[in-house]
Amino acid sequence: MYPRQFDYTAPSSIEDALTALGEDAKVMAGGMSLIPLMKLRLFSPGLVVDIGRIPGLEGIEDNGDHIEIGALVRHATTASHPLIAQNAQALATAASLTGDVQVRNRGTTCGALAHSDVAADQPAGALACGAIMVARSSKGTREIDAGDFFVDSLTSALEPNEILTSIRIPKTGPGEGSAYDKLGRRGGHSDYAVAGAAAWVRKSNGSIADARVAITGVGTKPQLAESVGQALIGTDGSDAAIGAAAEKAVDEITVLEDLYGSEEYKTHLAKVYVRRTVKAALANAS
Amino acid sequence: MTINGRAVTAEVEPRTLLVHFIREQMRLTGTHVGCETGYCGACTVHLDGKAIKSCTMFAVQAEGADIMTIEGVADGEKLHPVQEGFWERHGLQCGFCTPGMIMSAIALLDENDHPSEAEIRHGIEGNLCRCTGYHNIVRAVEYAAAKMRGEEPPPPDWERVS
Repeated sequence: MYPRQFDYTAPSSIEDALTALGEDAKVMAGGMSLIPLMKLRLFSPGLVVDIGRIPGLEGIEDNGDHIEIGALVRHATTASHPLIAQNAQALATAASLTGDVQVRNRGTTCGALAHSDVAADQPAGALACGAIMVARSSKGTREIDAGDFFVDSLTSALEPNEILTSIRIPKTGPGEGSAYDKLGRRGGHSDYAVAGAAAWVRKSNGSIADARVAITGVGTKPQLAESVGQALIGTDGSDAAIGAAAEKAVDEITVLEDLYGSEEYKTHLAKVYVRRTVKAALANAS
Repeated sequence: MTINGRAVTAEVEPRTLLVHFIREQMRLTGTHVGCETGYCGACTVHLDGKAIKSCTMFAVQAEGADIMTIEGVADGEKLHPVQEGFWERHGLQCGFCTPGMIMSAIALLDENDHPSEAEIRHGIEGNLCRCTGYHNIVRAVEYAAAKMRGEEPPPPDWERVS
């Protein structure tokens, strides 16, 4: 299966890549989401702008109060890098459960976020960890909260002339921790999520001072379950408190039936994975 | 790029997939085309030492890269320990997935010379086999891992007394 014909450019700078972008162009990093769509001819851009050869985008930086993950950091690196394990455990775990070995060697974390698949792993991790997306265009740079980034199925807040050049994640402070878990479509952790959740918590004086929970796989986009976070704040993090909060898992979400589960089943799974990840995030909190 | 240590140069259309470049232009047909959707792993090759799926990559993306295919694995007539493991432990039936399985197994053993059974199964999760049920593939990789550590491989299942 060949994609339709397209023009290809592999610029050596972000500036050149931004100049090349237009309405009929698509940015490619690892290509793990884009190339299968092009081969199935579900999507046929006129121009592919391969940013894979631009130097300076493959770094994971410690910038004082946050870490910054560049556009070419691959899933395998996100999954194993100590700075991400310390500061964004939910994202690291989500990256480790993305695709398979070969996909993790090619695909990029920023690419998976920009692709905004409803059942992808890393968007939930980015949401729970409070990531800020850094989007560049020829006009300049803007920062987008993860909560505003995932707009709809396969649709992010990026404009056609923008490139997601990095994401920033606040460093883990005292009492903070996060976790991600899912049920994969092929059972266990394999493949996209039938349902999955990421949780971030801050503990203080024996209670939960702050919490963010994100859900993937069940709705029209990966999104924050704000009622769950609100319900957790101020509780002691007991099983009963977590169970009560998890009941609100899909309060803000339009749950959609698909090939992998009914609305009822997905709603049930969302609650299960909220409970599990909140408990794991509390256990990971230092 | 280099393929199996040999420098090669060619002009390709942007849409030429790496697997088709390897098979049709380089005439190295050991790398198989299976599902064509990125699931099955029959097209697995090494790109700069890492296992990747060559059906989900454009040849132009590999410009300047170092590619190794199944044809580059053996040392002349001497099989690579992973190839030997598949032979000794019946790690294949129809053989279609085998080149990709072997490339993934070699990449796994490059990073972990003493994988547990669970780690082996996780390491080949991107490679589908419809014949063996994976059991003998796992045994083949265990055989190779022992050989590569300079140890005696565990006996085959059919010689183990229950």
